[in-house]
Amino acid sequence: MPSELVYQYFRQAKLPHIWCPGCGHGILMKDVVTAVDNLGLDRGKVCIVSGIGCSSRAAGYMDFDTIHTTHGRAIAFATGIKLANPELTVIVITGDGDASAIGGNHLIHACRRNIDLTVVVFNNNIYGMTGGQYSPTTPTGDFGTTAPYGNIDNSFDLPDLARSAGATYTGRGTAFHVPQTIKLIENGIKNKGLSLIDCMSVCPTYYGRKNKKGSAVDMMKWQRDNAVDYKKAQTMTEEELKGKLIIGEMYHKEMPEYTAEYQKLIERVGGAK
Amino acid sequence: MANVKKKLCVKPEWCKGCGICVAFCPKQTLKLVKQKITIADPDSCIACGMCEMRCPDYAIWLEKEAE
Repeated sequence: MPSELVYQYFRQAKLPHIWCPGCGHGILMKDVVTAVDNLGLDRGKVCIVSGIGCSSRAAGYMDFDTIHTTHGRAIAFATGIKLANPELTVIVITGDGDASAIGGNHLIHACRRNIDLTVVVFNNNIYGMTGGQYSPTTPTGDFGTTAPYGNIDNSFDLPDLARSAGATYTGRGTAFHVPQTIKLIENGIKNKGLSLIDCMSVCPTYYGRKNKKGSAVDMMKWQRDNAVDYKKAQTMTEEELKGKLIIGEMYHKEMPEYTAEYQKLIERVGGAK
Repeated sequence: MANVKKKLCVKPEWCKGCGICVAFCPKQTLKLVKQKITIADPDSCIACGMCEMRCPDYAIWLEKEAE
């Protein structure tokens, strides 16, 4: 029997998971259930929605009401679930490509509506499941199987993107900074509105290998040595921040939430009383 | 809280040999043998939980010992 938490919140028959040795997704998946456990949420009222990709395998392992949807559409499904059952806590687990490329439109519009979802992005900077193609979060100059001479695209800063699209809670965690990431996910769940937590994973198999980043351990040590808290980053110059990873809570604002506003609309103009 | 004894447990069949627990263990308690986790020096364990926290495969954890 594994640890109590793992036994309680994961489907034992499905473990061990299929992620590669050293993949950060396993750590992040446990961060999500630890956050749910810490908040003492009723398990029957938590719904996990995922799309397609390495990250989205998580829905299969987690013992909640889960739904594994089509590529990029996790947020669209989650919006439907939340609108139909506003009392549910809906957590979307998605990858960098799933959230910002294939489902980019759903992401920005869910942010714009400020619907009460918690979007946890397992960001490994690459399309891992399909063989290492570069994704919208692959840093400029880095390599992928579809960028053999280096990626010339600029990359998305997901918390920044979400914030400007209207999300009310954004932050970034990493696979290394476990307690901080758990706290961010907890705060994201507590926030009434769209919360986006960009969780930096490690992908030693594709991103690491293509970019000579070394083993999973080396990649996690890189996160340890190069992460800078958001508040500290405000006091640093652009020069000093070069090559650094900004983590922590980035934005939090109270704004009207979509399902509540929708309920008000029904009460105002709905027919039969 | 302070006096609860914790025991280190492993599940080698779930271990994929990534070495994260070995690298982040502050006491050299752990070792990989044939790409599987082994507790090489159980007495040196200080039950800090660094291994459990970062094991991506949930193959190592601390369990409260029965009184």
